[in-house]
Amino acid sequence: MLGLVVVFVLCVAAALAPWLVPYDPAAQLDLASGQYLDPSVAHPFGTDFYSRDLFSRVLYGARISLTVAFLSVLLSVTIGTAVGLIAGLAGGAVDMVLMRLVDAALAVPRLLLLIVVLALWEGIGLWGLILILGLTSWIDASRIVRGEILSLKTRDFVTAARATGIGARRLAWSHLLPNLAAPIIVTATLGIGQIILTEAALSYLGIGVKPPMPSWGSMIAEGQQALSNAPWVATFPGLAIVVTVVAFSLLGDGLRDALDPRSR
Amino acid sequence: MLRFITVRLAHAAAIVFLVATLTFFLLHLAPGDPFTTFSETTLISPEVVEQQRRNFGLDQPLYVQYARYLGNLVQGDLGYSFREHRPAAAAIASRIPATLTLAAAALVIAFGLGILMGAVQAARPGSRTDDALSVAALGLYSMPVFWLGVMFLMLFGVKLGWLPVGGIVDEAIYSYLSPLRRLANRLEHLVLPAMTLGLVGAAVVARYQRAELLDVVHQDFMRTARAKGLSRTAVFVRHGLRNALLPIVTLFGLFFPLLLSGAVLVETVFAWPGMGKLAVDAINGRDYFVVTGIAIVAAAMVVLGNLIADLLYRVVDPRTRGES
Repeated sequence: MLGLVVVFVLCVAAALAPWLVPYDPAAQLDLASGQYLDPSVAHPFGTDFYSRDLFSRVLYGARISLTVAFLSVLLSVTIGTAVGLIAGLAGGAVDMVLMRLVDAALAVPRLLLLIVVLALWEGIGLWGLILILGLTSWIDASRIVRGEILSLKTRDFVTAARATGIGARRLAWSHLLPNLAAPIIVTATLGIGQIILTEAALSYLGIGVKPPMPSWGSMIAEGQQALSNAPWVATFPGLAIVVTVVAFSLLGDGLRDALDPRSR
Repeated sequence: MLRFITVRLAHAAAIVFLVATLTFFLLHLAPGDPFTTFSETTLISPEVVEQQRRNFGLDQPLYVQYARYLGNLVQGDLGYSFREHRPAAAAIASRIPATLTLAAAALVIAFGLGILMGAVQAARPGSRTDDALSVAALGLYSMPVFWLGVMFLMLFGVKLGWLPVGGIVDEAIYSYLSPLRRLANRLEHLVLPAMTLGLVGAAVVARYQRAELLDVVHQDFMRTARAKGLSRTAVFVRHGLRNALLPIVTLFGLFFPLLLSGAVLVETVFAWPGMGKLAVDAINGRDYFVVTGIAIVAAAMVVLGNLIADLLYRVVDPRTRGES
């Protein structure tokens, strides 16, 4: 429940960020005397090196992190479901080849691969980032969907549907996918948290979401330059990440319990 | 057993080959090459830059470069580091000890602390301690590892000044220290990075350990042991913990990708001169072969880690030996 509430508040805040923020997140308010101001009523999270309001930036960061995460997860879950569905339904050689590829993909240190791709295609932009995050994180979803398919295949209602003579496509769309909705939604919810962590790491390294776009990861990197005189610059964006990821975790676990009573 | 190892080694080699191919093409399809930065500065004439490209074979068709790269690879030659002016293998090898030191220290913390946390939780499930530790594990698990590092740096390095803020030794004074002081200096520098990487790992281990222990506690042999008159603690430690440790061994294999990815970030936070930091620097400097080399070495470490975990599992759990 707590997860749902926090996720809801975060999404609303991110969507309404342009109307909620007290300042323009990119505005350098007062370079002469407004650098690294302590948190106060006027600036709840203080200001950074460029005298920008940190609260506005953290809120806009939520907007960007959540957008990137939602779209990447949408892509990764779509690919993962397709791969898992094909592997599980086709079986035999197709299944073996696909699962071997999945094994191979698991051996690649993912962060390293992402760094290679993102550092080399520098001008790739936000859409490119979303695409690459989605393309590299469908493994979990494919394994879960394949497992579910293998167990569904042995169930009587699937045998019955098959006996009526329907094709594989019809079977997948009208009998298998509706039963997969619950595990897919849970996987997607938990995946959002993981993508947010990955995006933050990439932005911290300077190759994810790039300045001047506010991102939690790059804010932490900027804050690391001022740990002695302005510790809040690195602290608040990190707290925002923890709260968001914990909330999606709790929501995912909650959804699992609600949608699949067996796992309780 | 021998057959099992042979098959697994063949799989491992195939995976490493796939990774090598993937990284090679990723690097070469990307815009720019190691000499792009040179040709952008006007100090070096375009002819010299072209000559350098020819010297390193970068003007050859891609398939020729790929064939040569694979040929060199099987001989253990990972190519040349343009930034360090020495073989990429040497550049990478010089950084491996630092990463292994960090990873080993983090593993000890992750498993030591994680098993302890899980055991304390499972001893009294549902208690206040159990809940508190669960929340702590969830928090750590949801925390960006680099941010935890930055927070440690701020607290113990900057505010309290107890520990150094980065590097592997104090370069300025290290060579003047006595052997014992040198060791102390190294350990001092290791504490924060190892804690950062280890704590996140401990959260993962604790979750598994708690679940496994709770599973074991309800087994028949536990009740039998109690019925024999053994104390609760003796049963829990000698029969419960021992059996629950089995699945933890498989976690060991899963940990390698986590450690390597974490090392990239933690090494960057603490300026730790390991493979992860080298990877980030090499990519920014377009040091082609160092990047492919690190990807290959990292993939090899991951598959090797999985292999070791599987072997360990077969050693500690005789029931799995029949399968291959």
